[in-house]
Amino acid sequence: MSQIAFPPPDPAILARADAIRASLKALLPEECVVVDEAGRRAFETDALTAYRRMPLAVVLPRTSEEVAAALKFCREQGVAIVPRGAGTSLAGGAVPQEDAIVVGLSKMNRVLELNYADRYAKVEAGCTNLSISEAAAAGGFFYAPDPSSQLACTIGGNIAMNSGGAHCLKYGVTSNHLLGVRLVTFEGEIVDLGGPALDPEGLDFLGLICGGEGQLGIVTEAYVRILPLAESARPVLFGFDSPEDASLCVAAIIGAGIVPVAMEYMDKLAIEITENFAHAGYPLDVEAMLIVECEGSAREIDAELKRILDIAREHKVRVVRESQTALESAQIWKGRKSAFGATGRIADYICMDGTVPTSQLPEALRRVAAICAAEGLRVANVFHAGDGNMHPLILYNCNDPAEQEKAERAGMAVLAMSVELGGCLTGEHGVGLEKRDLMTKQYSAAEIAQQKAVRAVFDPQGRFNPAKVFPLEAA
Amino acid sequence: MSEAPADELEAAEVVRGANAPLDIAGAGTRAFGRPGEAAARVSTARLSGIVFHEPAELVVRARAGTPLVQVQAALDAHNQMLPFEPMDPRVLFGTMGEPTVGGLVATALAGPRRLSAGAVRDNVLGVRLVNGRGEIVAAGGRVTKNVTGLDLVKITCGALGTLGLITEATFKLAPRPRAEATVVIRRLDDVAGVAAMTRALGSAYGVSGAALIHAGMGRDFPRTLLRVEGFDESVAYRAESLIGLLADFGAKHALTGEDSSKIWRAIRDAAFIAEPRERAVWRASLRPSDAPAALAALGDAARASLVDHGGGTLWFSTDPTEAAASAVRAALSRFPGHAELIRGPDALRARVDVFSTLPPALARLTRGVKQSLDPRGLFNPGRMYSGY
Repeated sequence: MSQIAFPPPDPAILARADAIRASLKALLPEECVVVDEAGRRAFETDALTAYRRMPLAVVLPRTSEEVAAALKFCREQGVAIVPRGAGTSLAGGAVPQEDAIVVGLSKMNRVLELNYADRYAKVEAGCTNLSISEAAAAGGFFYAPDPSSQLACTIGGNIAMNSGGAHCLKYGVTSNHLLGVRLVTFEGEIVDLGGPALDPEGLDFLGLICGGEGQLGIVTEAYVRILPLAESARPVLFGFDSPEDASLCVAAIIGAGIVPVAMEYMDKLAIEITENFAHAGYPLDVEAMLIVECEGSAREIDAELKRILDIAREHKVRVVRESQTALESAQIWKGRKSAFGATGRIADYICMDGTVPTSQLPEALRRVAAICAAEGLRVANVFHAGDGNMHPLILYNCNDPAEQEKAERAGMAVLAMSVELGGCLTGEHGVGLEKRDLMTKQYSAAEIAQQKAVRAVFDPQGRFNPAKVFPLEAA
Repeated sequence: MSEAPADELEAAEVVRGANAPLDIAGAGTRAFGRPGEAAARVSTARLSGIVFHEPAELVVRARAGTPLVQVQAALDAHNQMLPFEPMDPRVLFGTMGEPTVGGLVATALAGPRRLSAGAVRDNVLGVRLVNGRGEIVAAGGRVTKNVTGLDLVKITCGALGTLGLITEATFKLAPRPRAEATVVIRRLDDVAGVAAMTRALGSAYGVSGAALIHAGMGRDFPRTLLRVEGFDESVAYRAESLIGLLADFGAKHALTGEDSSKIWRAIRDAAFIAEPRERAVWRASLRPSDAPAALAALGDAARASLVDHGGGTLWFSTDPTEAAASAVRAALSRFPGHAELIRGPDALRARVDVFSTLPPALARLTRGVKQSLDPRGLFNPGRMYSGY
C-alpha cells in the first residue's frame, strides 16, 4: 500500500536524534531503552508489514512512573509517541515514524490481581490476551474477547483497538469487558479512570479510551471483567452448496431468537487453505461453511443445536458435522484462528475488516466476489458472520507492483461497499494507518472535526500515534 | 422560550440560533441530575417515531422523542427486547407521561440484567446528535462490531444531555427469553446473601439477575433472588442446578412465569424504596464483596435499601437533607466505586453533589470534552456538575 503517505519527519527532531537518545538513556534504566539500529529494527512495523519506518528510539518501561517520565520527556522535546503492545495490528496501528519514540509495554506483563468474588482481573497492559484467561482458569473463569492473535496480542493493544474475536457474538467486544484503566496522559500525569466497580461515574471516558487507537494516552494497567467458564461448548460444522444459503441461514438463526456463542463463515477457498494447514476435518466439497458453537450442559446444547439444525435444513444445509471430542473442537477452532496465517503461507494478502448489517451479507458476498473478479484476483472469505464483520482476504503477489495496486484498489472498493450497505470501515482491527484516508467515506467533515476536537482534549498537539485514524491535514 | 423542532435540521437551526443556554426536554419523567438552570428549553416531542426495526438483525433505530412504549410494542411483536432492562422511571420519580428514547440514553440507568447484558452504553450502537455548533454529528451506526474512528456513542450515554441534543439512537436488541425462573433464598443476612449471589455468579448457570431485598419488601424477611432466563428446558435445568449449588444457604424453590417477572420489575424500578416520596434515593456502584460492609457503614442513614447486581449496586433511601448526603459520602468514601443521588427535592439536588466530586485530572478532562462538543455551554448547564 505504497500510496499511504507519512508526513515528512521533523528535521529539527532528526538533527537532535543523538542527543534525544542520550537523554533517554540517562532518564531510564539501560535495559529499558533501545537505540541501536538492530534493536530498533524489531519495532519498524507491525502486522501491516508493507509499511516500515525506523523509530528514533524505543523505550520499554517497567512501571507507570517510567512511562510518565518518558512521556514528560517527549512532551518537553516535542517528540511524537507511538504506543505499542505486541505489534500485531493488521491496520498499521503500531507502525512508527523516523521522528517518533516507540513506547512498548512488553515489560509490563504481570497479572496484578485476580478477584474471583468480584469477578475482575487487574492486569498490566503488556499482558497477552490469552494469559489472562490462562491465569483465571485456576478459579474457573476466563477473559471473553478472543482475537485470533490472542496468543501474542496484549490487553493494551486490545483496549486501543477495542478488539473483538469469534466469541464476541455472545460475549461482546473489549469495551464491554473493561472496568477501568490507568492512563498516562500527554502531560505525563497518571490518571485512574473507572476501577473494580461495575459502572464508572461521570462521563464515560473508558468508552473513549477503548478504541482510541493509542491517541488519547498510554494505558498501563486495566481492570477487566472475568466470566465463569461454560459447562461445556460444542462447535458444529454446517456445509452449504451456496454462499447465499449459508448467509441467509445466519440471519434466520438470529431472527429465530437464537444467539449462539459464535457463528463463523468460511468459503471454499478459505476452507481449502486452512484444512491443508490445520487438518480440522472441514468439508472440502462445499461452497461455504459455518462454524456454529453452542455452550451449556450437554442437554442444553442438544436442544439448541436441534433448533439450529431445523433452520439450517430449511436453508439446504448438506453437511453437518458435530464435534464429538474436546480434541476435535480444538482442531476446529485452531483451523479458524489460523486462517490468516495459513493464507499467508500460500500468498500475500490484504485483509479487510468492514462490517455490514447481517441482512446484507448475501449482497455483500456477491459484491466482494465481483470486485475481486474484476481485478483478476482471488479472494478467501473467513469472518464473523453472526455480527456481519467480514474479513475478505484478497490474495496477490507483493513482488508484482501492478498486482499490489489491484489488490489495494479492490480492498478500498470492498470497504466503500461496507459503508454503502449500512455498515462501517472496520469492525475490530481499527483504522490505523491503513484506512485513515477512507474515513471521509463514513464521516462528514464536521464529524471528523468533532472527533479530532475530542482527541485534542487529551493530546492538544497530536503527538500520540500521529498520522493514524484521521486523514492528514491538507498541506 | 420553548422550541419543539420537527426534524433534525430544525433542531440544528434552533441550536445555531440559540443565544442562551437550553434545557433539553423529553417527557420529563426523570428528575435525575441537578435541576436545570437554563431559562429556555428545546423539546424533543416532535422528533418522534421508529426509523427502522430489523428483527433478523436485532437492531432498532428510533428518534429521541419516541415514547419507549412505542418501541417496546414494536419489539414485543417480534419477541424481542432492549437487553439492559430499562427501568420505568415513573415509579421512582412519581411522574406522569411516557418516557422517551432520548431520556433513556441521556440517563443511562440499566436494570438487573445489566449483569449479563451490559449497561445502556454497551447496547447503544449509534446516536445522532446536534452539537453546540449546530452541526449534526453521527456517531457509531447500526452494526455491533464497529471501531471506526473515535467512539462518541458511549460518552453521550449517561451525559444527561450535556454534550449535545440527541436526535436519534440505535439499539442492539436481544431475543425475549421464552422462560424465566427465580431461585429464592429466605432469611439470609447481607453477608450470607452476597456470598450466595457470589457463588451463583461464579457458576456456569448464566445468572441474569442477582438481588437481595430486605425485610418489609413484600415479606417480613429478607430474600436473596437469582434469576435464569432462556429456553424452557434450559431454564428448568439451570434453576435446579442453582438450588443444588446453594442448598447449604437454604435454597429450596424457584418462582416461575409472572411470579418471577413481577419481582424483577419491582427491583428494576426501585419500587421497594420509592415510598415515602419525600425521601432522597441513591444508587451506589461498588465491588460486590464490599456491599455488606458498605450497608453497615451507611447504618441508619439508609432508611431502606436493596442490593442489585450481585452486590455491585446498592439502592437506598435517606432523609432529604444535606446532613444525610454528607453521611452517605462519608460512609462510602473508603470503598472503591461511587454513589449518585438519583432522586431528591430540587433544593437538595442544587446544593449537594449529585455525582461525587471529580479529582482534578478528571475534572479537567470533563470540562475539556464538554467544551469540545458544546463550546458555548448551551446544553443542560448545571445538570451534571455545578458550573459545567
